[in-house]
Parts: sequence; C-alpha cells; structure tokens
Amino acid sequence: MITGQSTRLRSYLPPRFLARIMDDRCIRCQVCVRQCGWEALYYDERNDCINSTEANCTGCHRCVALCPTHAIWIEERPLQYRPNFNWRPEAIEDAMQQAESGGIILTGMGDDKGQTIYWDKLVLNASQVTNPSIDPLREPMEVRTYLGRRPDTLDIDYGSMKLRSPLGPLRTLEVPIMFSAISYGALALQVQEGLARAATEMGTFWNTGEGGLHRSLYPYRDHTIVQVASGRFGVSREYLDNSGIVEIKIGQGAKPGIGGHLPGNKVTAEVAATRMIPMGTDALSPAPQHDIYSIEDLRMLIYALKEATNYTKPVSVKIAGVHHAAAIASGIARAGADIIAVDGLRGSTGAAPKIIRDNVGIPIELALASIDHRLRQEGIRNQVSLVCAGGIRNAGDVVKAIALGADAVYIATAALIAVGCHVCQGCPSGRCSWGITTTDPHLAKRQNPDLAARRLANLLKGWEHEIKEMLGGMGINSLESLRGNRDHLRGVGLSDTELQILGVRHAGM
Amino acid sequence: MRRVFAREEVCIACRLCEVACAVEHSESKHIITAMRHEHPKPISRIHVEVDGPFSFAMQCRHCEEPLCAQSCLTQALRKGEDGVVRYNPDYCIACYTCMLACPEGAIVKASRGTWKGVAKCDLCPDREIPACVAICPNEALLFGEAWEWEAMQTPAEPPILARGGHRA
Repeated sequence: MITGQSTRLRSYLPPRFLARIMDDRCIRCQVCVRQCGWEALYYDERNDCINSTEANCTGCHRCVALCPTHAIWIEERPLQYRPNFNWRPEAIEDAMQQAESGGIILTGMGDDKGQTIYWDKLVLNASQVTNPSIDPLREPMEVRTYLGRRPDTLDIDYGSMKLRSPLGPLRTLEVPIMFSAISYGALALQVQEGLARAATEMGTFWNTGEGGLHRSLYPYRDHTIVQVASGRFGVSREYLDNSGIVEIKIGQGAKPGIGGHLPGNKVTAEVAATRMIPMGTDALSPAPQHDIYSIEDLRMLIYALKEATNYTKPVSVKIAGVHHAAAIASGIARAGADIIAVDGLRGSTGAAPKIIRDNVGIPIELALASIDHRLRQEGIRNQVSLVCAGGIRNAGDVVKAIALGADAVYIATAALIAVGCHVCQGCPSGRCSWGITTTDPHLAKRQNPDLAARRLANLLKGWEHEIKEMLGGMGINSLESLRGNRDHLRGVGLSDTELQILGVRHAGM
Repeated sequence: MRRVFAREEVCIACRLCEVACAVEHSESKHIITAMRHEHPKPISRIHVEVDGPFSFAMQCRHCEEPLCAQSCLTQALRKGEDGVVRYNPDYCIACYTCMLACPEGAIVKASRGTWKGVAKCDLCPDREIPACVAICPNEALLFGEAWEWEAMQTPAEPPILARGGHRA
C-alpha cells in the first residue's frame, strides 16, 4: 500500500517559543535537557551545544529556573500574520490544530481571554482623619472564619452565658483561604501532600477534588474536604470518614455543564486504585450527576451524605457561576447545604475543552455578588457559608471577595504557582516539567512535599499579613466586619448595570 | 560528625550537584571559567546514579570502617579523628587499590599534568554546607548528623490542631 502523510498530517502550526542559549555562558551541563519534560531541548554532540525542538516547548521555564549559569531563556516567537482584528493568531492556530486532529482542543488552567476582571475595577477604602486606622502589628486582628450553617435565631441563656439554640457542625479556618479541588491524577500525589500539610499547618482546608483520597493522606483528615462528583471516583465509607467537610461537585468554573476529564495517560496503578477504575482508562465524569435532576434530588444526596457522616460534617455544594447562579444557590441553601462554593469563569482546570473554558460561565465577581444579595433578600444567608473560587490572584482579591459577601475563598492556580507552576497550560499532557500535573514517577519526584508545604504555607502567611494590613487600613479589626460590607468597595469605570449587580457605588460617591 | 545523606524519593536527576562539586574543586571556583576554560576539566566527586525514575547522588559516605583507607598502601587515604576520610595527594602512588576497595564506587581517577591520583568527597572544608547540598533544588541531599537522619526516617504524625482548627 502506498502511503503519504495519511496517518498523521504535517503540522502547519508555528512554534510558539524560542529557546535562546548564550553560548559563552553555557557550560554544557545539560541540566536543561534533563529537566525538560516536553523533550524540547537536546544535546547536539557533534557541535557540542544545546539545541532545541521549539514545537514542543510550552514556555514552562523549568530550564530557565534550573540553569546554573542563567544561560538559557525562553522567548515568545509570535508569527507575524497579516494584521486582522477578526482572525487573530489564536483563532487561526486553533483552526489549524483542529484541521490536523479533528478533535476538541483540550487545554489546562483558567480562561485567558480578555473578559472583564472586576477585581481590578474595584477599589478598597481606607481610614483618614475621621476614623482611626488600626496597626495590625500592634493591635489584635481577627481573621478567623467559621464555615457551616448558622441558626436563624440565637437563644442565649444569660444566666450561664451559654448558647441554647443547637448549632450544626462548623469548621474553623484560621485564614479565610482554602486550597481548591485538584484531584489526584490531575495532580501529583506529592503536591497533594504539600497542600494537605500546608492546610494543616495554617489551620485551613485542602480539597481532594473528585479523584478520591490516597491512603497516605488520611492523617490530614481534619483539614481535608472530600469531593463527591458525578463520576463518584473513590467514594467510599472510608473516604467520607477521613474528611472534615464533604463537597458535592455539581460544576466547575472552567467547564460548566460538563464533567471532569482525566486523560488515560495519567491513570497509573496508584491513581487507578484510589479512583477505583481500571488502569490507563480515561476518567471522564458524566456531565450531570445522574441522580440529580432537580433541587429535590440534590436534597436527597445532601441528606444521604449527612446521614452517612452522622450529621457531624458540613456538606458543601460546588457550582459553576452561570446565568441563574443566584436562583440556583437559593435552591441549594434550601436543599440543606451548609456551604455553597461558586466557581467563576476564570476558574482553572487540569483538562477542559478550550471552547468551553473560554466561553461558558460568568465572571465570579458578578456571580458572588448576586448570590449573596439574593440569599440576603430571601433571609437565608445565615443558612449557608459562601465560598468564592476561580481567579483569586492575591490578598487584594480575597479582601474584595469577602467584601462582596464571600465567607472564604478557594485558591488553586495561585497555590500551584507557589510550588513552581508557570501557567503554561500544558496540564492535560501529563508531561508537566515542574512535576505538578503529572503522575509520571520521574516527573512527580520533582515536587518534594516538604518544600511544597513550606512554599504553600508561606503564601498563606504572606496573604494573611496583607489581609490584616488592608483591614487595619479600613479601620476594621475583624474579617467578620468586612463580610458583605460593600461600603468599603467602590467601582472604577463600571457601568450602572455592573455597579447595580455588584451592589457597589462608583468611586467618588 | 556531619555527613551528606541522599534521598532517592526526591532526587530529580538534574545533576546540579555534580556541577557544583566540580566548580567547588576547581582552581577558579567560578562556574563558567571552571567548566569552560580550565584544563584539565575540574572533576566532580559526586555522581548521580540513574535507573529509570530512580536516582540518587552517590559520593564518599565516610564509612565507619573505610575499606579504601584500610587498603591504601601509602596512607594517602586516612580517617581523621573527626570521622572524615581524607585524601593526601602527596602520598598517593596512583595504584587505584582504593577504587577497587570502595563498595560505593565513590572514588574517581584524577590527573593533572604528570601527577596522577584519585579524587573523592572532602565534605567541602571551606564551606559551611557542602556545595552539592547547597545547590540541590529539591533537598534530595541533606547535611547533618547520623542521628538527625535516623530521626527523619520515622515520619511523625502530622500536627493536628497546628493552628486552632477542629477535630472531626
């Protein structure tokens, strides 16, 4: 049989990056070659130099970080297409890629398009003259947060100063920042261990994602949120018992409306055992939870989980921020959830169809503000804690989220950046050179759980200091005083509609 | 005595320790000069053993009963009072018996002009922490007392209620 390029079409895609090596600094130690998980670099023995196959480079900068003489750096090499506002390079290259593969374009990380980032259009207040600001280094500052259902009324026995009204299970966060759901399989076990240790050290929570809980992480159970998603991977009695909070995953900000994707090349024996699936198979969660087609069904699952955990653990429901998020959240609160987590448009993922990541869902700021407003309007805000996820980049975003009504936030991309991620979006391949989103034993070793835990705890400590500084500047000495307090927020350059949804006045008013 | 310990489970086989060792034992001690312009090339006394995903750095373990020193014909290799096995090039007759005797393969050949001999880890006497340990990006090399290392091998229960929190 005569064949041409029939099995695999020649790629017209231009390389995105160019590896530059300063020859007079390069000592040919080949650390870069060994560290590149993408096989983009190789040692050219004949010419005694480092050479590159740029098409493989994702710009993850592992080589740059480890080069002992700083001889290598990666440059973006954009191809100069004929300028066209409609057919921008990304649109052209996506079409090229699909013409070759005939498939969905799978990508990692969060939406990188130019939709409005409302955090950047919101500014905070500070005390001047008429009210004193507080110095958090000299005066006490309270950032502790409790997650869970609060009673409608408080019945206090003033004689003994004891609370008579029964309280549901509550969970304490010493910092209002939790690590968001990233499953084992999508993530290396070493990184999960880092997250678990950092969460334990900082008195907050980490989330297993939908991939089950590896046995080695059971000791961190008091600071673990276990997820029950549509695939039900790894869900067992043991799984629920080894947790602090149980979370039902309905949706994810990066891919609302579809289930989780774990490419089969990441499903090693350990991942398979933890997920309770065959080795090497794609773990594709169903798009819906097949037992939930209404709020009533959700209520049944919530109470099934409460029953299974003997009403000792709060049950959280995570949804993606979509058009009717506020009405849905109201339903979830009434269905008996103790915590609602909302994940926004810019929420991240280990693998999602690019078209969905970039086009589906609404910005988290709008979803959060509308949900908080709706729950207050209906007088049920006390029944649930609200957790904001998807696109939290720094302590400023955390403070703004709390002022918009969140009880706490979830961070994932920021946490991965803390352990080395350079947001190259190569997660679905499982070839992460930083050893983060991979289960390849050679690559995953690059994450030392001790160092990961230290970096993650440092990140939270840094943010905690900054949160306290910002609260102090506003003249507030407790995070509780800021929660939903939009008076400390002002919008800059926002339309009346946007301000109305956010419940914020324009700067200057 | 403080010594270097290798942790296989976090060694990423980048071989930066080899670079750092060679530079530390070079004439200029400047990475680019040493690796590019010095002749003979500075030799590393540490070597990363790699087999698939398994890897760890191997250098002189400064044994309690050093076979190299016992087999050395001229006492060029001797175990000091402090436990460090040291090499004196002036005594060495380059018979390489030590290389045969070392169970770890931690001794390498060295030569400079007409001089021939061996090279081995000296725990970087000029540095507080050996160069290999200082450069390791993943803490796969640790420097400390044997009892500290032993204590690390039995993982402690994670601190429950490290900072407030609750018990489920």
